[in-house]
Amino acid sequence: MTWNWDVAKDFLPELGRGLLITLEATALGSILAFALGLVWAMAFRSPTRFVRWPVAAVVEFIRNTPLLVQLFFFYYVLPTWDIKFSALTTGVIALGLHYSTYTAEVYRAGIDGVPKGQWEAATALSLSRGRTWTAVILPQAIRRVVPALGNYVIAMLKDSPMLALIGVVDMLQKARAEGASSFQYIEPYTMVGIAFIVIAYPASLLMRALERRLGH
Amino acid sequence: MTAGLWENWLLPGVWITIQLTLFSAVFAAVVAFGIGIARTSRLWIVRFLTGFYVEIFRGTSALVLMFWLFFVMPLAFGYQLVSMWAAVLALGLTYGAYGSEIVRGAIASVAPAQREAAIALSFTPAQRMRRVILPQAIPEMIPPFNNLLIELLKATALVSAVSVADITFAAQLSRLATGDSLEIYAIILVLYFVLAFVLTRLMRLLERRAKAGIGQAPVKSDKGPLVTRKLSARQESEQSSNIITGGAQ
Repeated sequence: MTWNWDVAKDFLPELGRGLLITLEATALGSILAFALGLVWAMAFRSPTRFVRWPVAAVVEFIRNTPLLVQLFFFYYVLPTWDIKFSALTTGVIALGLHYSTYTAEVYRAGIDGVPKGQWEAATALSLSRGRTWTAVILPQAIRRVVPALGNYVIAMLKDSPMLALIGVVDMLQKARAEGASSFQYIEPYTMVGIAFIVIAYPASLLMRALERRLGH
Repeated sequence: MTAGLWENWLLPGVWITIQLTLFSAVFAAVVAFGIGIARTSRLWIVRFLTGFYVEIFRGTSALVLMFWLFFVMPLAFGYQLVSMWAAVLALGLTYGAYGSEIVRGAIASVAPAQREAAIALSFTPAQRMRRVILPQAIPEMIPPFNNLLIELLKATALVSAVSVADITFAAQLSRLATGDSLEIYAIILVLYFVLAFVLTRLMRLLERRAKAGIGQAPVKSDKGPLVTRKLSARQESEQSSNIITGGAQ
């Protein structure tokens, strides 16, 4: 093992800049995944099966195919339809869409967990469908699923290096560039790996604490 | 897409993906059982080291680990694995770490009375594990293992980044050769979906067999999704049941 501290020190600022992009992609992807997931979860409860079935089929398909291939699909196919996004935007869309199919299940479990009496009470008060969702069901459902959603943020963080493969300049891409230009592979890749552990482990401890706090 | 690309790249790519999934799954299962059982050990040092392993390999990204095995290991240790086996190693180590949590969870869910009964019959710890605990724990493990297997299948796409000629790699080559991005990626996505579907069906079959083997009624498949959801930071079966029971008074 020939670890060179000078190389490590030189790479550190690059790692920092890559980390910002990694976190940005994760944060934007999470927002998209949370929003779309809620849309899917509410569509699952739609009274008409012409909404339920297509949504279920699409969600099932996205969930069972690799994020990497979806990423390439968006990156190479969208421009042929004259829809042009930057690599980062494309990456965020793919990440958010993929994980929305997981968060949809989380929301669904949360919504199913709201006692039936709450729906009946909303009907008895003759609340509109929109009010029932926003004022009665969702506030109770979402509070409970926050830790589970948080776990998907961590999972997204760990999947975000895939974005490097379409050219997003995140931590992994910085390490690849460093390796390609100076043949310094050991330090950059090792530092990127450690950076993930340093972020993901405390985050998962936090989520566990949160799960306990919200009292299951 | 021309016929040559299909025969020379895509079909062998499918075969490579199937092989990768199989080998990594076997390796991951060995790791999962080894680590999962070791985490129930009485010695704190064994528990600590295996716990450390799990946190490290779940904490880092599978893609980063794969790059590390490909580029750093040869330089640091002067040891170069054939790319296919480096990929199997990376996937097996990562998904083995996730799997070990499933094994640990299932062992913990075996009724304590079963363990006590085995102690009362003066079984050795090894006999207790092999004859009493594991036979009851394994059927419990199959549904979460099914999810993990689908995750593993999807993760095999990552090996295309380090030039293993799997389906995704073949798709990239075909795209460069023909420029038909839409057609090629749509076909690839459907191929992965079909593979995932077949795996899920096989695992369902296995689950019914295993449950019948210990005299439990096969569970009627609920209205849930084909495959439930991704394992994230902790064991998910535990989590989802928490969410569901959390609200239903």
